[in-house]
Amino acid sequence: MATSPATILRNPRQWLGQLPLAFAVAVVAYAIIDGGYIVTVVGFALIYAVFVAGLNIFMGYAGQTSFGQNAFAAIGGYASAVLTATYGWPPLAGIVAGMAGAVVCALLIGMPTLRLKGHYLAMGTLAIGLIVYEIAVEWQSVTNGYMGISGIPPLGIGSWELESDRAQLIFLAIVTALSLWATWRLRQSRFGRALVALSGSEDAARALGINVGRTKLIAFVISAMFASLAGSLLVHIVGFISPEMIGMNMVILAFTMLYVGGIGTTTGPLIGAVVIGLLPEVFRGLKDYQDLVYGTALILILIYAPGGIASLGRLAPKRRAAR
Amino acid sequence: MSILRVDGLTRRFGGLVANNDITFAIPAHGVSAVIGPNGAGKTTLFNMISGFMEPSEGRVTFDGKIITGVRPEEIAARGLVRTFQLTQLFQNLSVLENVKVGCHVRTRAGVFAALTRPAWARREEAETDAKARALIDLVGLSDQTEQLAGVLPYGQQRLLEIARAMATEPRLMLLDEPAAGLNHDETAQLGTLIRRIAAGGTTVLLIEHDMRLVMKTADHIVVLNFGRKIAEGTPAQIQENEDVVEAYLGGVEMLDA
Repeated sequence: MATSPATILRNPRQWLGQLPLAFAVAVVAYAIIDGGYIVTVVGFALIYAVFVAGLNIFMGYAGQTSFGQNAFAAIGGYASAVLTATYGWPPLAGIVAGMAGAVVCALLIGMPTLRLKGHYLAMGTLAIGLIVYEIAVEWQSVTNGYMGISGIPPLGIGSWELESDRAQLIFLAIVTALSLWATWRLRQSRFGRALVALSGSEDAARALGINVGRTKLIAFVISAMFASLAGSLLVHIVGFISPEMIGMNMVILAFTMLYVGGIGTTTGPLIGAVVIGLLPEVFRGLKDYQDLVYGTALILILIYAPGGIASLGRLAPKRRAAR
Repeated sequence: MSILRVDGLTRRFGGLVANNDITFAIPAHGVSAVIGPNGAGKTTLFNMISGFMEPSEGRVTFDGKIITGVRPEEIAARGLVRTFQLTQLFQNLSVLENVKVGCHVRTRAGVFAALTRPAWARREEAETDAKARALIDLVGLSDQTEQLAGVLPYGQQRLLEIARAMATEPRLMLLDEPAAGLNHDETAQLGTLIRRIAAGGTTVLLIEHDMRLVMKTADHIVVLNFGRKIAEGTPAQIQENEDVVEAYLGGVEMLDA
């Protein structure tokens, strides 16, 4: 929902509702100012925020399931890696080529796969993620297998490169903001309403004249574009790609961020990515107990904020209306 | 002139014949009703008319064109909309957004327009908003505009479903048991609303159990029993029809009410 600053000031509850977002933004701002080790942590979080924002369109808005989004991150990541490192393309061209490839693959994969529903869709998409991972391992002439591809240049346009960590982080912050803005605009549109509608009742959506199959496919393609973009950003920031970077763990991490941040909310992907990105750093001092405390923290968050952190501080009906 | 014709419509489920060679025509104006005891095959008939189920035999003609085998979303685009026996609201959308979804089929903004918001798309969205609010007003839910659909009381959910269907600008609206679960007052209001919609130029075809509502609001009634049409006519004719009285055994008083 669009909220003008004036109404926010008059309504403290809404102001409180934006606290999680304010926290996430503050963390990003602190990282930009501090410029130390936290830059790497927040940088990863922002890349994942883009990935999760795309996943949110397909899973949060349209109510579908995809365990195979890593496939599209792989397409973006390897396209960028091969085109820039091997063929010397500029990073931007590599990113665009990756996204175009992701669109084509999402269309080809989505047309048969999206006929599946519920658990079957989950299984089908899971298979896609696993297949692409195997391709990354086996197609050695292009991907260099487990060894991966190194020497990927940092982001930049022409001869101007984002050399410093801080400049890269600012760039990532801008891309993330644009991504969230795009998902917000989509949600507020005729298209976004159709997505949330079909997640509620496909029969009713069809009876009202919505082409459910095509609408789902478009959502899938859009989420694949976000995933591809995130994959490209990742390899340019790290300067390296290997199959492990785009494996199943990517999907698990993204799911955690989506649910902890708030599935179906606009700001949830950013909040989830920042919180999940920071948690291991916060608990690092606990050494052996780190994973235990991390797991406990996740469970506590999901018990006390079942709608995700983004929906904390709002009344239950309000919270859902703000989707 | 009829807006909807059903010719020899038959639907078998294995050995069960849910609809057996049903033929009737619905007049282009006013309110018509399909009645019949539980299990008479009314919802199967609706599912075939609205494209959700393929008939085993027979055909459906809407507005002079055969629509048998046409997909539901295409049928909606042609101006035939339906509601469901169990309300199928979009629970995660507000009342206003639910009705806006109904406008979907008459608008065209896509993903690109959503991102760039050109002038025509802003205008279209403003028109959608105004139209949705007017329809919410028509069914008397103006106080609930921003409320989530899922939290409305049952009677209001029924009204919202009708408003949402009206947003598709239908020529014919099929209502599947709109009075189910409504109390006496709500049913009376519903009857008034249905008459008002028909007066506005949208033909209404309802499936209904509530005889009082049917006799008061319908101009034309088709009676089904065990998958067959057993009678057709005006409320007065139906009330005098012996086959109908027999099918409703013990329902005589209800018909007289």
